[in-house]
Order: sequence, then C-alpha cells, then structure tokens
Amino acid sequence: MSTIARRALPPLALGAVVILLWQVLVVALDINAYVLPSPAAILTQVTSYAPILIGAAIVTGTNALIGLVVGTVLGIVLALVAVSSRVFDELTGPLVAALAVIPIVALAPVLYTMYGADVQLARQVVAGVSVFVPVFINTLRGLRQTTPVHRDLMRAYAAGRWQMMRTLTLPTARPFIFTGVRIASSLSVIAALVAEYFGGPRGGLGTFITSSVSQSDYARAWSYVVASILLGLIFYVVALGIEVFALRHQRT
Amino acid sequence: MSSGRKNAAPTTGAAVSVGRLDKVFDTKGGTVHALQGIDVEVAAGEFVSLIGPSGCGKSTLLRIIADLEQPTGGTVTVFGKDARRARLDQDYGIAFQQSGLLGWRTIAANIELPLELHGVGARDRHARSAELLDLVGLTEFADRFPDQLSGGMQQRVAIARSLAERPNLLLMDEPFGALDEMTRERMQTELVRICAETGAAVVFVTHSIPEAAFLSDRVVVMSPRPGRIQRVVDVDVDLGPAHERTDALREDRRFFGAVTAIREALHAGSASAGTPDGAQRITGPTGPDDRHDRLTEPA
Ligand SMILES: Nc1ncnc2c1ncn2[C@@H]1O[C@H](COP(=O)(O)OP(=O)(O)O)[C@@H](O)[C@H]1O
Ligand SMILES: [Mg+2]
Repeated sequence: MSTIARRALPPLALGAVVILLWQVLVVALDINAYVLPSPAAILTQVTSYAPILIGAAIVTGTNALIGLVVGTVLGIVLALVAVSSRVFDELTGPLVAALAVIPIVALAPVLYTMYGADVQLARQVVAGVSVFVPVFINTLRGLRQTTPVHRDLMRAYAAGRWQMMRTLTLPTARPFIFTGVRIASSLSVIAALVAEYFGGPRGGLGTFITSSVSQSDYARAWSYVVASILLGLIFYVVALGIEVFALRHQRT
Repeated sequence: MSSGRKNAAPTTGAAVSVGRLDKVFDTKGGTVHALQGIDVEVAAGEFVSLIGPSGCGKSTLLRIIADLEQPTGGTVTVFGKDARRARLDQDYGIAFQQSGLLGWRTIAANIELPLELHGVGARDRHARSAELLDLVGLTEFADRFPDQLSGGMQQRVAIARSLAERPNLLLMDEPFGALDEMTRERMQTELVRICAETGAAVVFVTHSIPEAAFLSDRVVVMSPRPGRIQRVVDVDVDLGPAHERTDALREDRRFFGAVTAIREALHAGSASAGTPDGAQRITGPTGPDDRHDRLTEPA
C-alpha cells in the first residue's frame, strides 16, 4: 500500500502544481476564456452541470464498455485460433497489421450510413475494432511465450492439446493478455468518444464537446473534456486493478 | 491412472535398454552427429550417471530415452516397451537443470501437476503431495509460490514432482547444475536417500566428477563429436551400492579413488579424440566443480 502511495504521490503533486500554475497564469495574464478558461471556471461548469456530464459519460462509457468486452473476447478467441492454425495465422497476420495502422475512428461516418445514423452501434463497432487490435496482438504474443522446459515437461506428462492449453499456454499468456486489455481500456474510451465527433446520435461526451465548441462555450467544452479524462481514467484503473489482482502470483 | 498405483514394471530385466543408438541433427549449419553407436543398459534400481564434456550428447541421450527426441537409428526400450509407450504410460519421472515450476501454482499444486493431468482425484493428489513435501523437507512451504523459494528448494520441488507417480525410473538432466556447492552436496545426499526409499532406477546427467562418483553405481563416460561412450566406470565395486552411501564417504580414500578413475576415463577420451579443449572444460578453473577436482590434482 505504501509503495502505491509513494508512486502515486509525485505525479499527483505535479498535477496539482500544474493546475495551480494554470489558474495563476490565466488570472494574472487575464487570458481570454476562448483561448484558455481557468481551472476554477471549468470546475464551476463541472459542478453545475454534473448530472448532464454523468449522463453523457454513461452514454459514451456504455459504448466503450461494449466495444471493450466484445473486442477483447474476439481478440483472445481469434488469437487462440491463430496460434493453433498456421494457415489462419498467415492469413490474419497482415490484416491485423493493416488494422493496427488504419485510423479506425475514420470508419465512423461510413458505419453511420451502414447502420443508420441514430443508433450507437457504429460507435461500439469502432471501439470494438480499436480494442481488438492490441488484445489480439498481445494475446498472440503471449501464447508463444511457453519455455522449452515447460513444453518438455508437458510432453513427458503426455498432456493432450487441451490440457497443454489450459495448464500451460493460457496461464503463460495471461500477463500479455492483461497488458493488451489495459492498453485497450483507454483506447476504447478514446475511440467511442472520437467516433462521436463524426456525427451520429447526440448524447455522448464527444457530441457535447463539439456542440459546446460550436457555441463558443469553451469552459463548458472543457468540462466535458474533464469528464472524458475521468472516464478514461476509470476504465484504465479498473483494468489495471483486475490485472494486478489476477496476476498477484505471476511475477514474470 | 490412480495415485496409489506402483507402475507395473518387471522386477527382472532392464529399466532402460539402448542399443546401437544414433542421432543426427539436421540444422541450417549442416548436420550434427550427436550420438553414435550408443549401447547402454540400466538395471532396475540401478543409478547410472552420464558424464562428459559439453556437447557430447548426454542430454540428447536422456531426451531420447524420455521420448522427447527421436533417434535416427537404433533401439530404445524402457521396461521392455518402446520409449513412446513408456512415456504415455508415465513409466518415468523427469527433472531438468531448470526446475520448470509453474509460477502461478503453489508448491503443492506444482507437485500435483502430473497427477492432475492424469485424472487423479483432489483428495489423493493432496495426500500424495503432502507425502512428497515431507520427503523433500518442504512441508511448511506447501502453499507458497515458487518465487518465494530458493533455487535449491525449487529443485527439491521439481524432484518431488518427478516422483509424484511413483515411477520406477527417474531421468535427471543436471538437476543440481545451477546450485551452489554446499546445497549441491546436501541435495546429492538427499537423492541417495530418496533412491533408497523408492528403489527407482536413475539415469543422471552431470558435469561433475565427484557428483557422478558419489551418486552412481556406474558412470558412463562419453566423448564428443560424435557423441560416443568412452568407457564405463563401475563405481560400486569400490564404493558399494549407490543407495547405501552416506556423507562420510566424501572424505573416504575410496571416494577419491573413484573420482580419479572417472577423471582418467574422461582424459583418456579427450586425448584419443585429440581435443584437449574438451578436457579443459571439465577440469579447468572455469568449470563449476574445480574445487572438487583440485582434491585429486597434484598441487
Ligand atoms: N535440437 C537440436 N538441434 C540441433 N542440434 C542439437 C540439438 N540438440 C542438441 N544438439 C547438438 O547435439 C550435440 C549434443 O548436445 P547435447 O546432448 O545437448 O550435449 P550435452 O548435454 O552433453 O552438453 C551438440 O553438438 C548440440 O549442439
Ligand atoms: Mg546437456
């Protein structure tokens, strides 16, 4: 517990100093709100519009969560298929590499026309694809980490394919899978949020950021940004917490 | 396969029988003749060490007996069966230089792994792991995880695991190779006791001359390129049966005699092969066993 505190304290202190400096600078230099609103002004917006912010965060968060779960399941399952089938592996390898460099949120407008502009599905798909890539890549790598001595032992025990997978390959891959999910957790929020910038149904954090900006309500726009950051943090911290708990006996 | 079962092995006849064994590895850099014309027989309950310079094929021979590697020629039988059948029947227990414990399993669960894979029920598994933990003196560590144990303790767990199914044959590839000298001697003494208790035959790969002398009934001395049997030293003639030995033997003149005999067999091998390098690797100051070797070295 104390090590966590020792590691968390310096960045927290730095953040506090930055925010304080920001406030002092905005007031002292009399910076215009459309250039940079002060932290105090943003805080006022956050507190007075809290229910709306939370509602918007739930809309975006739900899309991100659905994308995270579906993308993770698909990523793990397809990595398992790839590791057991050479043909499938060679087929999917370049495809996933291509997916990794395509800006997936750019698909959002296309998906809106495919699924109809008033459902959240397009955003969930964007989040899901963004999640799939790091989970698939990390899981695939993890599934290849078994050591020769472990493989020899399993062969000496005459373990079957499924026993090998369950007792050795999957547990060995676990830290890699969790790394993928941790990376994917914040990606899912970013993807779901940015997908909202390209139109579609209103209600999420992304749509409110764009509409606040178009109404020149900058402090308001920043309050949605703060909510987005918090949402991303929550996803990340929860993913990290699950990872730390699940791997408490696996220091490799 | 039930946990209480003693593997059905004939009380007479060889534990391991290797005849005219050949092994050639095809690699990118060409072919490697790892083993040539190997003939070895290990009787039930007998302790046989394989010793020789690095690359002389000790591990390859052990792995072929374990059916982890396929020979390119010759025959291998384990308790009269072919090596594959013996592996599928779990006729041997195996341990390597690396303990190969699974870091996410407790010590007890690691020992129970082979039993679990072979469908032994939880109650029988726990009973057996408790027995084995007691045998290797690690009872209070049952619920710890491998990274909480020292290297020597981890190796004891690996040995306990290799005994889980009461095999009549143990295959060990430098199981003490990574341990410090003190721990190593303690483990050797412990292995002698375990062998006496279980009556298992052992094929034991080592780099260490004193280790081979202390543990073995017979020492098979190998020479490299291609891996061949140089000589077989019958240690038990002078030192008595391997499973009856105690620590006191380490300071006995007969023990030094056995060390010298193995040493000379090794040197003869490297001399005839014209590779003084090979001998250097065993007895040189860089080897892990130089302290022992100096006992017999003219000062
Ligand atoms: N899987 C393999 N592929 C190619 N060559 C191998 C392989 N395993 C062992 N060898 C070669 O066979 C020879 C004997 O190796 P090994 O049995 O490991 O020797 P030792 O255990 O006595 O040090 C060495 O020359 C080694 O390089
Ligand atoms: Mg070796």
